[in-house]
Amino acid sequence: MIKYENVLTTCPYCGTGCALHLQVLDNTLVGVLPAKNHIISNGGLCIKGWNAHAFVNHPDRLNKPLIRKNGKLKEATWDEALKLVADKLGAIKTESGPDSVAFLSSAKCTNEENYLMQKFARAVIGTNNVDHCARL
Amino acid sequence: MSDRLTSLHEAIEKVLPDLDGVLALKSGPGGIVSPYLFSKEHPEELAKLAIWPKEPVPDTLKIILRAHPDAKLAIVCRGCEERGIVEMFKHAQLGLDNLTLIGLQCEKDEAEFCRCAKPFTVHAKTIVGQPIEGVADPLTEQVSALSQPEKLAFWKQEFEHCIKCYGCRNICPQCFCNICALEDEKWVETGRLPMAKPSMYHLVRAMHMTAKCVACRECEETCPADIPMAVHFRLIARDVKEMFNYETGADMEQKPPQLLVLEEGEYDRTGLPH
Repeated sequence: MIKYENVLTTCPYCGTGCALHLQVLDNTLVGVLPAKNHIISNGGLCIKGWNAHAFVNHPDRLNKPLIRKNGKLKEATWDEALKLVADKLGAIKTESGPDSVAFLSSAKCTNEENYLMQKFARAVIGTNNVDHCARL
Repeated sequence: MSDRLTSLHEAIEKVLPDLDGVLALKSGPGGIVSPYLFSKEHPEELAKLAIWPKEPVPDTLKIILRAHPDAKLAIVCRGCEERGIVEMFKHAQLGLDNLTLIGLQCEKDEAEFCRCAKPFTVHAKTIVGQPIEGVADPLTEQVSALSQPEKLAFWKQEFEHCIKCYGCRNICPQCFCNICALEDEKWVETGRLPMAKPSMYHLVRAMHMTAKCVACRECEETCPADIPMAVHFRLIARDVKEMFNYETGADMEQKPPQLLVLEEGEYDRTGLPH
């Protein structure tokens, strides 16, 4: 049985909130179509939205944490990676103060994840250095 | 509108059991419409059958047929979409042997929205709705009446709004080249906005649309900068009609000018520079 459908979703790239359809053929993501009668994007997309399907199954996409050891990136477990980040952040904060750290959040995350990020920056680390990938 | 939807529903139900699928439009979350392949395994999905806004279904058909070249399908197509399918067939992008066309005739408000001269199908054996006459295209007439310097100024200003999303190229049923000139650094500079020479992108595309554009206006609809590019494609189509007596999607047997080999002497007749 041939299966073709479109899955309505929101573009992951910036905060505008354009709607797009992910074209799914036989359960495989094959492309993007804009959503015509959507209130925000009204059938249009920018070049990033038009290519929003490209990274999903891309071979270069990272799906495991990597830690640089002796100059080379090596696969690590999430526990190892998070511990390393926590130790280093803690050390930098102690040595140089909380404003020596900045937090860059992402439009690919949900509102709630972004909220947690700024909460962590402000309440745990103690800095207002919070910015966003769409301004990089 | 609802009458047409009921008739379309009946027309699809009639052919669905004998086919691998019928490509039409389905209403999704929030009433947002998208192409969908209805199947005999899930006839209940037909309850969400939709007809407007129109979608680039010929392109969707191509995606499905590339993966399933022998599939027996039907497609619900409007006049412009039928023209798109015919031209794709002529340029060897899809086969018509296993394809049933269900021709959906546009209503006056839809034709006016698209400024469409031919809001009807001509090849489909099954017809849904009443064919109506084409409507005027005031914008194209306005631009056509401008003097050459005025035209230049008009298009320069329009093209300057381009954000180079490539949406017009992506959504076009006639843009199917594996290697696209618009991705060639020679013609279109990458990594820079606004473009240094925005007319390069648009004039290269206009040239490539010559005798190919089927006037579906999908490019204009998806353009975030509201560039009325169908206007120049339509003006070029008038020249193509005059020079080659060719209209896209009309005569199934007539070869498109790009595929013609002109005999000596024929250049004079077509008025081409040589």
